[in-house]
Amino acid sequence: MTNRVWKWGAGSVAIVVALAVFIVPFAFIVFTAGKSQSEAAALEFNLPTEWHLFENIATVLSNRDNLLVTAFVNSVIVTVAAVAIMVVLGAMVGYVLQRRKSRWNPLINAFVLAGLIIPPAVVPTIWTLQGLGLFKTVAGLVAVHVAFGLSFCILLFRSFVATIPRELDEAAVIDGAGPISLFFKVIFPLLRSVIVTVIVVQAVTVFNDFTYALYFLPGDENATVQLTTFNYISQSVSAHNLLFTNVLLITIPPLIMYIFFQRQIVAGMTSGAVKG
Amino acid sequence: MSTATAPRRQTESPGAAPGGTARPPRRRKTHSPYPTWFHLPAGVFYVVLFLIPTIASFYFSLTRWTLFDVEFIGFDNYVRFFQEQQLIQSFVNTFVYAFLTSGAKVVLGLLLGVFLSSQIIGRGFLRSVVFFPVLVSTIGVGILFEVLLDPFDGPVNETLAIFGIEGPGWLTDPNLALFSVAMVDIWAGVGLATLIYIAGMVAIPQEYFEAAKMDGASAWHSFRHITLPLLQPATVTVVLLSLIGGLRRFDLIWTMTGGGPGFSSDVLASVVYKQYQAGFFGLSTAGNVVLFLVVAAIIFPLSWWLNRKADDR
Repeated sequence: MTNRVWKWGAGSVAIVVALAVFIVPFAFIVFTAGKSQSEAAALEFNLPTEWHLFENIATVLSNRDNLLVTAFVNSVIVTVAAVAIMVVLGAMVGYVLQRRKSRWNPLINAFVLAGLIIPPAVVPTIWTLQGLGLFKTVAGLVAVHVAFGLSFCILLFRSFVATIPRELDEAAVIDGAGPISLFFKVIFPLLRSVIVTVIVVQAVTVFNDFTYALYFLPGDENATVQLTTFNYISQSVSAHNLLFTNVLLITIPPLIMYIFFQRQIVAGMTSGAVKG
Repeated sequence: MSTATAPRRQTESPGAAPGGTARPPRRRKTHSPYPTWFHLPAGVFYVVLFLIPTIASFYFSLTRWTLFDVEFIGFDNYVRFFQEQQLIQSFVNTFVYAFLTSGAKVVLGLLLGVFLSSQIIGRGFLRSVVFFPVLVSTIGVGILFEVLLDPFDGPVNETLAIFGIEGPGWLTDPNLALFSVAMVDIWAGVGLATLIYIAGMVAIPQEYFEAAKMDGASAWHSFRHITLPLLQPATVTVVLLSLIGGLRRFDLIWTMTGGGPGFSSDVLASVVYKQYQAGFFGLSTAGNVVLFLVVAAIIFPLSWWLNRKADDR
């Protein structure tokens, strides 16, 4: 009996609280994005009297020579390139690190942990990027994301490779597979589920990144979406409807990822909990 | 050390033959199916863009460094760091911010995790809703709450006004700004802590609770003596993740207050950016090294201690 009271009572209270605490702020984004400029300026939480959402989206996208469109293209390029490189290189390291017992493993493991914990030294990183001619380039930002994100990928791949039986490697070697085809033709396809997890988690991280874009790809013309949205604050304080349309647009890609890959995101982000 | 790792890794295979004692001798000249050079491409990214800058930061923090020249000035930057009021403030704020957000995420995440593991209606919905802010970009969250917390006609203060409460200037009061940002950080990040705790709850065998119930344990006793100890690994993860994140936090603070009003919500990471923007690369890098030392001095001992405690059980 108490169980049913708990189930319905506590559940409904929680839903009401969640609506107020979590849904209302997001509804505020959508509502404000749908208002006209004068209506949005009141900063009130209510439905727009007339929806201007598509108008606002068109304005935001075409503003200043399609700046936001360029930024979206940049963000997508950075995300896809960085994640692709991270997955392949991270899988290679995680695989060899798990399979091969070597004196260097403790050192490599320490580096992996350091990569997770230590805050990157930003200005010296700019200095190295400048030395390579990559500062303020999309390629430079990709490389930085790869360098900072590899540790997380390696950890996930290493623990997943441990679940693949070694006999499989041995069988492939007996069948004449070299190291490269062993990895890319036998092991890599078996990593599929963890690859999806890594792709989704890192894609959201890279796409949402603001700090590194601010340091390594600064400016306005050739920036990523997070940066142009940030710059938008200073340029048009009064046009709240356009500001929130902008916020809404950059929230949609992670939302889509979440809808399709909820399970993988949760698995990836909570992976630390079980092994401690 | 950084430059030496790459060549050493390459020469490892031939050099390992005399040193190998415990393992069966490796076939000479034939390739292991697990080539060491697989580490190399990732290692290049890591060494060039993470390891070298980190090591170089120790040197550059001892210099007066602009775009054009470097001048060695010893520990002047550090002395300055701990003499100027605003810089000391940022140092203190970093700790306040990190411990506050981390503590709140542990407590709220634990309560929500346990609650959302019990049999209630709308459980899947609630889990999704709590977790979703984790995926929204910090810029989005920052802009949203900057507007919601507007002191004059922001919806939060207008709602409070309905109840006759005069809402404070959340982000404009120097005594409050840092805490307001911390609250938003907790709002956005508690979903991750909750999910980690839910994953921990799933791993606890249901029989334990049934056995305890047989023995007449109350709900509180089950929680105190079964749930809490068995959630230790989850707690370790949440504490470490949120402390690392909190100590390094920059984007949310920068979007919401820019370190202001004045310097009241500056943290180490925002000082690093401000000094970089002002062209004081040496001072900025010194801030980075201080942050590095703070993170290392807290996280390494803490993770060692927490993991040891978990092993003792």
